Amino acid sequence: MTASSATHANAVPVLALGDILLITLQGELHDTSAEQLQYDISHRIAHSPLPVNGVVIDISGVDIVDSFLGRILAEIAATARLLAAQTVLAGMRPAVAITLVELGLTLPGLDTALNVDRALALLGRAPAAPPPTRPEEGA
Amino acid sequence: MAEQHDVTPEVAQELGGFLEQRREQIAQRWADAALFRTVFTVSRDEAVEACKAVVDALADVACSGRLEDIHAPGFDTVREQLSRMAATRAQAGFSPSQVAGEVAGLRQPAAALLQAEFDDPRAEHAHACALALTVLLGTLRLVVMETTVNSGEALIARQREQLLEVATPVIKLWENIVAVPLIGTLDSARSQVVMESLLEAIVHERARYAILDITGVPTVDSLVAQHLMKTVAAARLMGAHCIVSGIRPAIAQTIVHLGIDLGTITTRAGLADALAYALGQQGIVVSPSPAAGAIPR
Repeated sequence: MTASSATHANAVPVLALGDILLITLQGELHDTSAEQLQYDISHRIAHSPLPVNGVVIDISGVDIVDSFLGRILAEIAATARLLAAQTVLAGMRPAVAITLVELGLTLPGLDTALNVDRALALLGRAPAAPPPTRPEEGA
Repeated sequence: MAEQHDVTPEVAQELGGFLEQRREQIAQRWADAALFRTVFTVSRDEAVEACKAVVDALADVACSGRLEDIHAPGFDTVREQLSRMAATRAQAGFSPSQVAGEVAGLRQPAAALLQAEFDDPRAEHAHACALALTVLLGTLRLVVMETTVNSGEALIARQREQLLEVATPVIKLWENIVAVPLIGTLDSARSQVVMESLLEAIVHERARYAILDITGVPTVDSLVAQHLMKTVAAARLMGAHCIVSGIRPAIAQTIVHLGIDLGTITTRAGLADALAYALGQQGIVVSPSPAAGAIPR
């Protein structure tokens, strides 16, 4: 389905988990790869035989998110929403979060989660963890 | 500069020689002066040793001819000692000018000894030497003042750093819930530290909810509100929901009057309300035990 990825040696793989697409970003993402990723995701959602309900982008391996990548992420989310899929950004590092906020990129249209587990839970996919048992008298 | 005050290099040299010769006597007299006596309380010998070090430094400066230069290399050897003395006096509640006054008191004993050197104290040469001594001790006063002020500044810098570390604890209130009680004025440096420690705690405690309690923040202006909104936005990027609590009525009114829009932020009146909200969102119900007495302890 992503025929174009063969021509891009450093294209980012897009994994399908049921009705969810999982993208794991590692290290530095070049501008062309980012644009390619945007293209890949929208085409995967549109042409998938199964309906895609959610997109999880794991950026726990990313040290630097610049304004360009921030914009690409926001655009991916907006595109996915038009195709009826919810995008969750997972695993952002504290330093990256601070940088983005200082840049004024608060990514208002994106849902966020601490890690991929939480992101899948947010999309209602993962076996929902049973509510942890609490000591009754705790307050 | 030396010529302006009629202190020729020869006179400076002579003064240096005098200080070296009479080192012992001057030190003995200075040891009784208030400045040294109150700082070196252990023994008189200690005070005398300290005085000798200062006299040596003065002699060194005099011989180099840089009577008015507070950066003369001769002072370097006693700078640490002087700053320790100044710090001791400052702890005793003395202001820098009072310490300087005490340094001025050192002139008299040395001048008396210098006068005794000359057969005719009224001679022009004796005057020149006395003048040189006065200039030199004035410089010493400046050096002491400088070290006093420097040690004060170092203290302030250290305390500012400690304040940053101490004032921003992140507390785990419950599974998935962390809280930061903010105390004191929230400036850029502090809000940066708060943001960093909060985000680290969110990762470490795997928190879903972060409570920023501003009960201890005296005033909220547009800058503080901006800092709060930044912290909330950063926490959201990490996947945590932020709640701002501890908004006193006066602060709520100020925020409204300033026209600051905190509409995107969940706010609660008190920390307890914020905790209740965070627990409720997770479906956790805290209820009193039906029969507290029936449960064996």
